[in-house]
Amino acid sequence: MDWIFGTWPWYVGGPIIAFTMIALIYLGKSFGFSSNFRTICSAMGAGKRCSFFDFNWRAQKWNLLFLVGAVLGGYLAANVLSNNQIPEISAYTTEYLQNLGFNSVGKSYGPTEIFETLNANSLAVLIIGGLLIGFGSRYAGGCTSGHAISGLSDLQLPSLIAVIGFFIGGLIMVHLLLPIIF
Amino acid sequence: MRSILYIVLGVIFGITMYKAETASWFRIVEMFQFQSFHMFGFIGSALVIGLIGIQFIKRKSAKDLDGNPIVIKSKDKSISRYLFGGISFGLGWALIGACPGPIFVLLGAGTYSIIIVILAALTGTWLYGILKDYLPH
Repeated sequence: MDWIFGTWPWYVGGPIIAFTMIALIYLGKSFGFSSNFRTICSAMGAGKRCSFFDFNWRAQKWNLLFLVGAVLGGYLAANVLSNNQIPEISAYTTEYLQNLGFNSVGKSYGPTEIFETLNANSLAVLIIGGLLIGFGSRYAGGCTSGHAISGLSDLQLPSLIAVIGFFIGGLIMVHLLLPIIF
Repeated sequence: MRSILYIVLGVIFGITMYKAETASWFRIVEMFQFQSFHMFGFIGSALVIGLIGIQFIKRKSAKDLDGNPIVIKSKDKSISRYLFGGISFGLGWALIGACPGPIFVLLGAGTYSIIIVILAALTGTWLYGILKDYLPH
């Protein structure tokens, strides 16, 4: 059963995500997760004062159901289909992160220094990171699912520009800003 | 009935993102350091199969399950919005180590502090809606 409980290789994971996208297309929808943030803003009444949120959000109910499924999937993966799964990270990255004070690398699924030790620094990271993700995905008109998977699969130039942007931002964060923040 | 299908697809998505570790901050940092093929193989294989699937749908003028022709919308032409939006998204993606899907996967997996990220992302989305007309598109 190791093949279920261990790390799923990329050649299993990637094709399943492609299958999910194609299944949504056959259901008359499109694969794009960050749209849910806009939908939730609209459902909470943001459309009263801002036209960007003034749309029929109920037509996006299918995507909210997909989101609920993703939460359930996360629960099942972590509690039923895993036995304390720990990513095997390359030696270089492990050492890089240990030098920044991340001792949870190689011992935990994610960085406990960010997600479990709640102090002013980690709180600021969570808030600023969330703001950038929410703002950036809507400004770019999509996130990893909408651009890097759906858009590039359809050979759309705007998605290629967005993905180049994702990488510029990610490279700046990992190489220049992480050593300053931590 | 259709509702259950969306939830099931979400469950498959959530399980896969967790098990293939695309919801792990460590994997994202490793990707941006080009130290492992894992994430590139993941996105690349999804792309190749997605590309074949979408080309098939277009060539065959396929119809969806309700019998309507499948139309894949082209995204609006622009450089600035995709570049600037993309860069801010990338900064956040690498800082949190999860893009919007995996954020909710982590919530299910029991990383409850991610709720702060979700609330901040909703605020970020709202800020975009307010500032939209002042930003280069």
